Amino acid sequence: MSEPTPAQLPEHPRLNRLFRLQWEEAQQAYVLLYPEGMVKLNLSAAEILKRCDGEHTINQIIAELEQAFSEADLRDPVEGMLRAAFEKDWIQ
Amino acid sequence: MTQPTINPPFWLLAELTYRCPLHCVFCYNPVNYDSIKNELDTDAWIRVMREARALGAAQIGFSGGEPLLRDDLDILVAEARRLGFYTNLITSGVGLTEKKIVSLKQAGLDHIQLSFQDSTQEMNDFLSSTKTFELKKKVAALIKKYDYPMVMNVVLHRHNIPHIDKIIDMALDLSAEYLELANTQYYGWAMKNRQQLLPTREQLVTAEATVNAYREKIGKQCKLLFVVPDYFEERPKACMNGWGSIFLGIAPDGAALPCHNARELPGLQIPNVKEYSIQEIWHESQAFNFFRGDSWMQEPCRSCSEKEKDFGGCRCQAFLLTGDPAATDPVCAKSPNHHVVKLAISEAAASAKAETSKEFPLIFRTDANSKRYVR
Repeated sequence: MSEPTPAQLPEHPRLNRLFRLQWEEAQQAYVLLYPEGMVKLNLSAAEILKRCDGEHTINQIIAELEQAFSEADLRDPVEGMLRAAFEKDWIQ
Repeated sequence: MTQPTINPPFWLLAELTYRCPLHCVFCYNPVNYDSIKNELDTDAWIRVMREARALGAAQIGFSGGEPLLRDDLDILVAEARRLGFYTNLITSGVGLTEKKIVSLKQAGLDHIQLSFQDSTQEMNDFLSSTKTFELKKKVAALIKKYDYPMVMNVVLHRHNIPHIDKIIDMALDLSAEYLELANTQYYGWAMKNRQQLLPTREQLVTAEATVNAYREKIGKQCKLLFVVPDYFEERPKACMNGWGSIFLGIAPDGAALPCHNARELPGLQIPNVKEYSIQEIWHESQAFNFFRGDSWMQEPCRSCSEKEKDFGGCRCQAFLLTGDPAATDPVCAKSPNHHVVKLAISEAAASAKAETSKEFPLIFRTDANSKRYVR
């Protein structure tokens, strides 16, 4: 059914419902909140996770980010970040 | 020694009430809780939440006692969520009816932490001095039905740690996402019962091996949190991640606490939210600044290379075990008082050997027992 790497990642990544992504004024950063904890995100991680809504495909996420930030070749960094997020259970 | 920088609070613990239907022998609430009345009203709690959120607090725990005993819990949860808090309900499950769970969902509650005392009805009900085991199982099913993340919390001690495998099985059966296997910390009621509750070293080694075996087997299905109790470690825990660093506890009567048991410590002027803003309390109060940074430290902490890591350990434990709240936490092997911890372990082990199954003299957290501890 699924292809080998990098498609171990879900096709339509979705933020795990245990986590909530929001802007924290006091931190001046996006954070992930979860039961009794918080992870501070850098800007690029936040931009990627914002698009993990269960509708965007990974290709769409990459295309949107390349357009939004006028950069090419974001596939490797985006997929790398998504793999790390998947490992940590942030996305499903 | 430099002036400590003051970071925003992160975790607001709202202890809404000391009233509780359970009578757990390991409760950390103050043993004289029955004398602490005058619960804050709804408006006062709302002001506390707004001010703490404005300072940067991101997590709120509604706790107690049993927070479900407050009629205004839905209102408080809704306001907390509106303010942007991640909202945690820390409950025994008693009072969590389907109707209540629906209204809390509507209010925006993010997560429920449900406590169990053991995996069997007999032990659960004995340790909490109630008949609540079956009810808790029903509540766990309701939590899943309404799609809340569920953290199951079981406080471990000598009498349930041998069943740790059954406890993990129960968490898996009930589809908990996290299982906190929280070793008893010896404050409040737990300290009164320490000799009967402290596990033996053999029990701990076995329990840790069991937990590790389950971790291998179950992968991501349920995250198992197990921390060896500090009495059995060579270094103290980084209590509260440092005094006045991330934790802000508000007791039912409005006392603002740098740690759960700060009220017990001599020399602190505990501020009350009825008189001060959260900003004043966090930044300026004597109590929150008392053990901030490291200028209060004695030797061996003062010159220790690890003082940034564990902040000298727990002030309440230092006071309870040495009589001096500024002493090095005697859990530390470098502490000149470390022998008191070793003694407690060996006395508990001797008592474990001597006792016949259920005939141990535990002091339950009841109003009647609490009245005996009023100073």
